[in-house]
Amino acid sequence: MPATIRLQTADFDAAAEAAVLTRERTDVGAVVTFTGICRGSEAGEPVAAMTLEHYPGMAEAEITCHVDEAQARWPLLGVTVIHRYGRLVPGDNIVLVVTAASHRGDAFAAAEFLMDYLKTRAPFWKQEERPGGSVWVDAKSADDAAADRWAQRRQATK
Amino acid sequence: MSVKLLYFAWVRERVGKGEEVVDPPAGVATVADLMIWLAARGEEYAFAFANPKVIRAAVDRTHVKASAPIAGAKEVAFFPPMTGG
Repeated sequence: MPATIRLQTADFDAAAEAAVLTRERTDVGAVVTFTGICRGSEAGEPVAAMTLEHYPGMAEAEITCHVDEAQARWPLLGVTVIHRYGRLVPGDNIVLVVTAASHRGDAFAAAEFLMDYLKTRAPFWKQEERPGGSVWVDAKSADDAAADRWAQRRQATK
Repeated sequence: MSVKLLYFAWVRERVGKGEEVVDPPAGVATVADLMIWLAARGEEYAFAFANPKVIRAAVDRTHVKASAPIAGAKEVAFFPPMTGG
């Protein structure tokens, strides 16, 4: 099954990436695309830009590991993960997850699983430019909880 | 045992550098030991590692707990909880 993982400063085209997964095949019945986008405000304060720092080498390895796990858990026919780094302004794309499967349930679940793990396990850090200066974004406990429920489900099915 | 250290996000800013090679003494056996040893190296390290509980670590590019051994490690990274996606 083809899996594409890219870390890049350049923008991506979600529609074009989704089209790659269905090209010249008729077994795909569902494609889910998720795009994370840079917001212009956070907690009521304007955000002029954000800079994403990452751990080269480990970021690719960690995403690959979770893509492998998604493929083991759901019958996927294609996966693409693209994560940008560097300075982004409000409205810019940050991250893309595309999953293809025969049926929508698997595509939706795998895309959500991958996003929950990207948030909490992929070595990326966001720094926002706020009116008072640059601030590192704090990890959210809601994101940890979202990732944890996949581990609980895995244990429950064992 | 010489080991390459990498720092990211505010850990990098507080330490004042992104990477360095260090040679900790034999008694420094775990990631937690390494943080305690680093914190004693100077003001900037003391600031960065003031609260080791909030710092995450990776040994050779794999997430580990603070209790993980560092014997044989080529690369140890310290960083705050991740905020990607």
